[in-house]
Amino acid sequence: MPTYIARHPMTASRELGGEMIVIFARDSRLFTLNEVGGAIWKAADGTRPLDVIVTDVVDAEFDTAGTDAAADVAQFVDDLVQQGILVASEAPIPVALGVDQS
Amino acid sequence: MSDIMAALGARAAELRVPLFVQLDVTYRCNERCVHCYLDHDDRGEMTFTEIAAVLRQLAEAGSLFLTFSGGEVFLRRDFLDIVRLARALQFCVRIKSNGVLIHERHARTLRDLGVHEVQVSLYSHRAEVHDAITALPGSFARSVEAIERLTAIGLRVVVANVLMAQNYGDYPGVRALAARLGVECATDPTVTPHMSGDRSPLALGISARELRDAFRDPALMGDAAAAGTGACMPPAGGADADTLDATPCSAGHTACYVSPYGDVFPCVQFPLPTGNLRTQSFSEIWHQSPAFAAVRAIHVRDLTTCPSCAHVGSCSRCPGLAYMEGSMHGPSSLDCAKSFARTGVPSAGMLAVEALLRSEETAMAVIPLASLRRAGV
Repeated sequence: MPTYIARHPMTASRELGGEMIVIFARDSRLFTLNEVGGAIWKAADGTRPLDVIVTDVVDAEFDTAGTDAAADVAQFVDDLVQQGILVASEAPIPVALGVDQS
Repeated sequence: MSDIMAALGARAAELRVPLFVQLDVTYRCNERCVHCYLDHDDRGEMTFTEIAAVLRQLAEAGSLFLTFSGGEVFLRRDFLDIVRLARALQFCVRIKSNGVLIHERHARTLRDLGVHEVQVSLYSHRAEVHDAITALPGSFARSVEAIERLTAIGLRVVVANVLMAQNYGDYPGVRALAARLGVECATDPTVTPHMSGDRSPLALGISARELRDAFRDPALMGDAAAAGTGACMPPAGGADADTLDATPCSAGHTACYVSPYGDVFPCVQFPLPTGNLRTQSFSEIWHQSPAFAAVRAIHVRDLTTCPSCAHVGSCSRCPGLAYMEGSMHGPSSLDCAKSFARTGVPSAGMLAVEALLRSEETAMAVIPLASLRRAGV
């Protein structure tokens, strides 16, 4: 069963010097994601399965093909879901969850 | 400020990223607050299309924390569309409003859009005092209703309470009301000159004694007030090299302000023209404006009076207020007064003025004497 991920609609984010800064409006917590984390964050639009993000974004942009990137990405996604800033689902997540993230 | 925010600010300063932006979408207002610094006529506000272009440029430039203010933002019929676009561009949105026009529909939309915070001004816990300041009968009740409406659906609200002579005694009541409403309260003793340069609004501010008393109130200053410690402790005096090398404020470094007409300034309180977004790109103004370059070139050691001041390491000196007093390199007398009220120690700016007045008194005494001599008396 594929996993789809989307940024929580109460987050705001911006790239700053190669890092992704994320703020959660619900409790004002700030997060800093590294370059790989930031790329996954940007790709988390609710439409692409996680395994496709690993292949098309992580492996393609960071040359991780053949490594255990998928497991690392899954752990990273789990962490952000636990923190509440990322939403995961077995079905595509409609943009209506929040605002048009385009 | 949290450590992570401080680190974020330092990184943004290093990269010269305008992380914090205030965009006033209108100067029109349904209230006529006695101390307001704005001209409320519409002199050609940016259209939605123009604002959308500005927001896209700000996102591209790296801005994250975006405050929408005015005027009253909800006087723009397209305001929610502006917020929707800002959220789509991943800004962290804060809104300043008097709340009078926030109905259930607006509140729900702001919540659904993931707005971070709504700041609502309250001048008193008594309707008659608040309404006398806003000059809008019924505004107190409507502002409080808006706060209740926003908090009921989970939005974070902060009450902004500006202190003036007219409402000074009411701030404990405002804080109690905010607590009852379940929201934070930000108390601010700063009344600023009118954007035209007219300094008459300053006469509405609280007295030196009231300012000192406010700094001695544990409700506002915590333990520092009662014990005369921390921020209220007399300064150690002297400045180390790090203090002198520091830049005075984030304005123009990591923060800027955009007016409803597309004018860009270092800060809403720093009306130094740097460019206009109707004729220039944001990037061009931010990176190439000589005015921004001049602001960024100022380090504490370059200031005219402040480097020798005992408060130099702890003062809240606002370069914008200093600019409005005549020089962005000079002291801000409002902040000198705050430093004095906090600690009981006069600032270098205050001492310089006192010396000047003393020399003028001397001159005044000499002139009549010379006149008398000429008259052969």
